[in-house]
Amino acid sequence: MIWNDEFETLPREAIEALQLKRLRQTLERVYATVPFYQKSFKAAGITPASLKGLDDLKRFPFTLKQDMRDNYPYGLFAVPLDQIVRIHASSGTTGKPTVVGYTRRDIDNWSELMARSFVAAGAHRGDVIHNAYGYGLFTGGLGAHYGAERLGASVIPMSGGNTKKQILIMQDFGSSVITCTPSYSLYLAEALAEEGVDIASLKLRVGILGAEPWTESIRKEIETKLGIKAIDIYGLSEILGPGVAIECIEAQKGLHIWEDHFIPEIINPETGEVLPDGERGELVITTITKEGIPMIRYRTRDITRIIAEPCICGRTHRRLERMSGRSDDMLIIRGVNVFPSQIESVLLTIEGVEPHYQLIVERDGNLDTLEVQVEVNEQTFSDEVKKLQELSDSIRKSIKDLLGITCKVRLVEPKTITRSEGKAQRVIDRR
Amino acid sequence: MKVEQISIFIENKSGRLAEVTQTLGESGVNIRALSLADTSDFGILRLIVDKTDVAKLALKERGFTVSKTEVVAVEVPDRPAGLAGILQILDAGQVNVEYMYAFVERCGGNAVIIFRFDDAETAIKVLTQNNVHVLEGERVYTL
Repeated sequence: MIWNDEFETLPREAIEALQLKRLRQTLERVYATVPFYQKSFKAAGITPASLKGLDDLKRFPFTLKQDMRDNYPYGLFAVPLDQIVRIHASSGTTGKPTVVGYTRRDIDNWSELMARSFVAAGAHRGDVIHNAYGYGLFTGGLGAHYGAERLGASVIPMSGGNTKKQILIMQDFGSSVITCTPSYSLYLAEALAEEGVDIASLKLRVGILGAEPWTESIRKEIETKLGIKAIDIYGLSEILGPGVAIECIEAQKGLHIWEDHFIPEIINPETGEVLPDGERGELVITTITKEGIPMIRYRTRDITRIIAEPCICGRTHRRLERMSGRSDDMLIIRGVNVFPSQIESVLLTIEGVEPHYQLIVERDGNLDTLEVQVEVNEQTFSDEVKKLQELSDSIRKSIKDLLGITCKVRLVEPKTITRSEGKAQRVIDRR
Repeated sequence: MKVEQISIFIENKSGRLAEVTQTLGESGVNIRALSLADTSDFGILRLIVDKTDVAKLALKERGFTVSKTEVVAVEVPDRPAGLAGILQILDAGQVNVEYMYAFVERCGGNAVIIFRFDDAETAIKVLTQNNVHVLEGERVYTL
């Protein structure tokens, strides 16, 4: 099934013609309304008129997450605040979030793209969509909610947490589609097994899972344990939120990116050079319909490649391979974005602690675990066990306060954290 | 009246304790008393040795985190309720014991116990006022 037959199956030439038209309008608008873009285009010696064909997009400068921070909170908005009907934000490295705003039309487009995504995942009117993405500043909850309503399905605004209640509602309300993170779906599967719930008695058919990286083997595990089809969805608040790209249930191989709204490019993260279709590199996205906060060549830091071959589902929008990593050091732990520099800044606030640390990320059962190893030095060492335990408790609490995630703090002997060529290996990800 | 103790931070991994003792042996340091406090992740080895400064330096050179603490060595009558009597005196004097461990050697007919107090000065005062014998450092290192 396809939600929007006309746009989702446009011939390649028609998609590109539409992209060029919409890109030109977007460039003109941001150049006229956003001082940041005016400045960065001028610095690159370029104007919107320099765009003759789609190929000229690569001449325009990139936009980075740092640019959003530098223009906090509303500096990149292309419309006055009285046209913004919704504001979302994501966690930032310095404690300040990155802020995005949506006009009424942006919300409308987002709902359309989420509805398309639901249908691509095999959902339809009559489904009971159990939305377990968090509602709030995070785009997941409301993004999926509006899409489900647009589709005409019955949406249950569950939000995250309270697993017992989730199970009760899933059983009694007959949830047929669940939207949540892959790790939460596994957690749920385990909780269902513990409660002795027979999977076959549930109506659950499809899981639309995203907001964190996962693998094929995890997909198999989820599909077996929950008896569902597990579909990968991709999105990021800077671009839109969930619904930027999604796998189709027909192929479950690569995520269709909605090319009438976004232009994807793959670049070499070191040089910034654009790579041909099929080569793996960093995903860069330009929005071509967004009004509130258009993004020109936003560097997502996600590593993927473009699959240009036609898909069996009939959609003509190209696919992105499942994200295979990041080009920066950002970690996603239980759905929370964590930069090692954030942990470092926490350590530096605790007296006597040196920033010699290592992060060990593992998956214990279905949940991500973070262990922060901190070297003990002469200032922090004590002959009393309780003083050392107080030290690790205070580190744990500070990390929880800033990042909202619980971690284990392990005190280690000095110089045990590998320092190779002067640069310490900060992160060991064993997931 | 106080005794110098060295404490060493030890991660819970095999061979670390052996490395400490070997380092001390190579430096000609003799261990007089020891205690190991352990948690699930790390341990704290506390030692009374005959040459504190030599030991500390040798261990630091080997990359260990070492600290020097002052503790109190108390003579305890080697008979039932011998230790109980001393702890009662300390309790009455409102002194808290952070930790304690026994010395291998005896001093005359008495046992020797190493105490770490929250307030060593008061502890020594209270003990000596009650005729409990507190040993000098020099005496302890060579027992």
